[in-house]
Amino acid sequence: MNVPGLPAERRAEFDAELRRRLFRGGIAAVAWIVLVIIFSGFTTSLIVSTAIILALYAVPWDWLRHGKWVVPAVAIVLAILYPYYRDELYEVPIFGPFPSVDTAVTMTIYIMMAIGLNIVVGYAGLLDLGYVAFYAMGAYTAAWFASPHFAESVGGVHVGSVGVSPEAEGFHVSIWVVLIVAAIFTSVVGVLIGLPTLRLRGDYLAIVTLGFGEIMPQIARNGDNLFGTGFNLTNGAQGINPIDPPGFGATISGWTGLPEDYLSFNASFLGRELGGIEVFYWTALALLLFTVFCSVRLRDSRLGRAWIAIREDETAAAAMGVPLMRTKTWAYAAGAFFGGIAGAYYASFKSGTFPDDFFFNISVFILCMVILGGMGNVWGVIVGGGFLAYLNQEGLGNIGAEINETFGTNIDVPLYQYGIFGAILVLVMLFKPEGLIPSARRKAEFEEGAVAEETLYDVRGAPE
Amino acid sequence: MATQARRLPFPTLAGRLPDYIVPAIGILLVVLLVVWLGVNLIKTPSDFYRLFLIGLTNGAIYGLVALGYSLVYGILELINFAHGDVFMLGGMLVATMVSSFGLAGESGLYLWMMILLMLAIVMAFCAVINTTIELVAYRRLRHAPRLAPLITAIGMSFILQNIGLVWKGARPTSVDSILPKGEVFTIGGVTYTWDKFIVLLFTVPVLFLLILLVQRTRQGKAMRATAQDRDAAAMMGINVNRTISFTFFLAGALAGSAALLYALYITNIRYDEGFRLGLIAFTAAVVGGIGNLPGAVLGGLVIAMIESFNNGLSWATPGSDWTQSIIFALLIVILVFRPEGLLGERTPEGG
Repeated sequence: MNVPGLPAERRAEFDAELRRRLFRGGIAAVAWIVLVIIFSGFTTSLIVSTAIILALYAVPWDWLRHGKWVVPAVAIVLAILYPYYRDELYEVPIFGPFPSVDTAVTMTIYIMMAIGLNIVVGYAGLLDLGYVAFYAMGAYTAAWFASPHFAESVGGVHVGSVGVSPEAEGFHVSIWVVLIVAAIFTSVVGVLIGLPTLRLRGDYLAIVTLGFGEIMPQIARNGDNLFGTGFNLTNGAQGINPIDPPGFGATISGWTGLPEDYLSFNASFLGRELGGIEVFYWTALALLLFTVFCSVRLRDSRLGRAWIAIREDETAAAAMGVPLMRTKTWAYAAGAFFGGIAGAYYASFKSGTFPDDFFFNISVFILCMVILGGMGNVWGVIVGGGFLAYLNQEGLGNIGAEINETFGTNIDVPLYQYGIFGAILVLVMLFKPEGLIPSARRKAEFEEGAVAEETLYDVRGAPE
Repeated sequence: MATQARRLPFPTLAGRLPDYIVPAIGILLVVLLVVWLGVNLIKTPSDFYRLFLIGLTNGAIYGLVALGYSLVYGILELINFAHGDVFMLGGMLVATMVSSFGLAGESGLYLWMMILLMLAIVMAFCAVINTTIELVAYRRLRHAPRLAPLITAIGMSFILQNIGLVWKGARPTSVDSILPKGEVFTIGGVTYTWDKFIVLLFTVPVLFLLILLVQRTRQGKAMRATAQDRDAAAMMGINVNRTISFTFFLAGALAGSAALLYALYITNIRYDEGFRLGLIAFTAAVVGGIGNLPGAVLGGLVIAMIESFNNGLSWATPGSDWTQSIIFALLIVILVFRPEGLLGERTPEGG
């Protein structure tokens, strides 16, 4: 058999690598299958899913022509089909069943936020402890432009009616417009926060962002009577709800068959009843793909290389002519952009936004995703973000139930979620500061050993 | 990179602001503040005095916590996020001790002896926790880039909060009120009671002892040398590790003493209170000039006064809803325009 894109003389090398990986992966796969069968019993899905992962791992796809697209393409297909085969999947020991589609939506949105934060923290090396402020801006933008909230305070205003009844008062702008508005608005806020503060370095910047992150929810909480003017901007502690469900509106829906609004959506496709939640999931997935694409392209762009230069050595970057302020401000704007999209979409998914959703804890939670996965590496951040968001939504509850059942205890594990995330932060920083999946660039730096050792996150061997 | 300017058109602060703008705005703000306080003093004098005394007391506690931030930052340039949570654990220990020693209703010499005993225990407790944190979480990262220990500190803070949560649960733990409530002096019809006065009575000598320790003793000299240049200090025969441990021990002891005063004076403590108070105390340390010991106490007083007046005054006051925002806004303004703080010296960090 001829392997496409591989010179004949590397064929032996390819085969050796294939055998090596097959051997290692095969042992892991068999161990995994045995483990799952012992703990939760045999299903066909166990064999099939393990075989797919083994195939993705064992063949050195990168060596082949167009091979580097295989793993992402299969991952995307698997992600898109997830609602179809989720119910067939086996139970993982300790963790319990695979996440529900509902949880998967939340995971996807959190991954988007983590990728946005990764631009600021991972690429540009600016520690942002107030990322939740951007998330809040996005969520409130969605709440302002797609809800009945302003029906009274702006005096019977009536703009748009996508997905709601045509007589509904207030702003009801289409979610797709709202997402763009939220992203742009949030980037502007990011720039406004960044302009005065990005002159500061390191930990001072972290504290200032933390300050903004604390101020923002307080404005949300007290915004029902903004500065004593009586203007109800945020509806105070009750938050704004309901927010319109996403949808394409009656007109487009009539032409294309796309859902008019997600909540009331109901259809049958490929032999499965589809409800709103699947459409929410696919939309989130599309937004995530967009985010990943932008993030990767940004990283490889001139701007992205400037970010990495600043991360690795700010002084040297400045000496080489990288405009520090402008480059950092762009990092803020880009990070805020995705935070805004994610926030707006999450608000419309939950159909509400509340000031108590925007505590410092959330900033640390998202930071934890970035650090666990590997600062600066999009794929690592996806894994870290997905895993932690899953733990937060379902995992900890399942694990807690499992522990209580096994040991007869009565511990409320999800109550201690932030202690667990804190422990993850400490452990990763102490033992694997580059994260579980370090970026390829950093790996290459290590392998070649030709690049200067002192980078922002390099914990070993950096001089004082 | 020359093309970058054209490729990334972006608004920046057009040049630098003229030199006189920042001091002018600062003076204007101070004048407005004085006017605001003056009008309030004339309108409601008794409120003003009452709030002033509350601010004085809280300021002393904030100052004690802020001293811990300042000491650690001075020597390691690390914002020890976990400091406030060490304080919180100390407060919980005090709550436990007060109830298990059965101190409610006691008075006289026995009470004071027991309070001193509790002070010693809680100071040792917090000092040991703080030193352990340094040993476990920060020492390995001594040579790491500065953001690594900062992230670890946030993680430690969350861990300690959850230890408090496991220990005492999510509801506030009340502490039996044992301090005497007798009158010390009366000003403008407002009585200053002993339970508040004790806080001041404690903080002032602690500050002087601390300054004496840092300025006059061998250990203090070692601390200052380590703060200036760790490698050079090590070459001069200073045991850098021990000096840093000692600094954390000292900071922890201060947090412990603040925890005792806070628990006895406020009479309740909750697992997340340490983090909130820690942020305020850190702001105080920054306002006063981080690394500067009298500055930390001054900053504590300033912050506590702002908090107290904003919570209680009636004329043109934003009110308690906005207190936290005002404090953090002050933090941001100070960091951006005067990163060296009120009493500190300019550092390269200010940019």
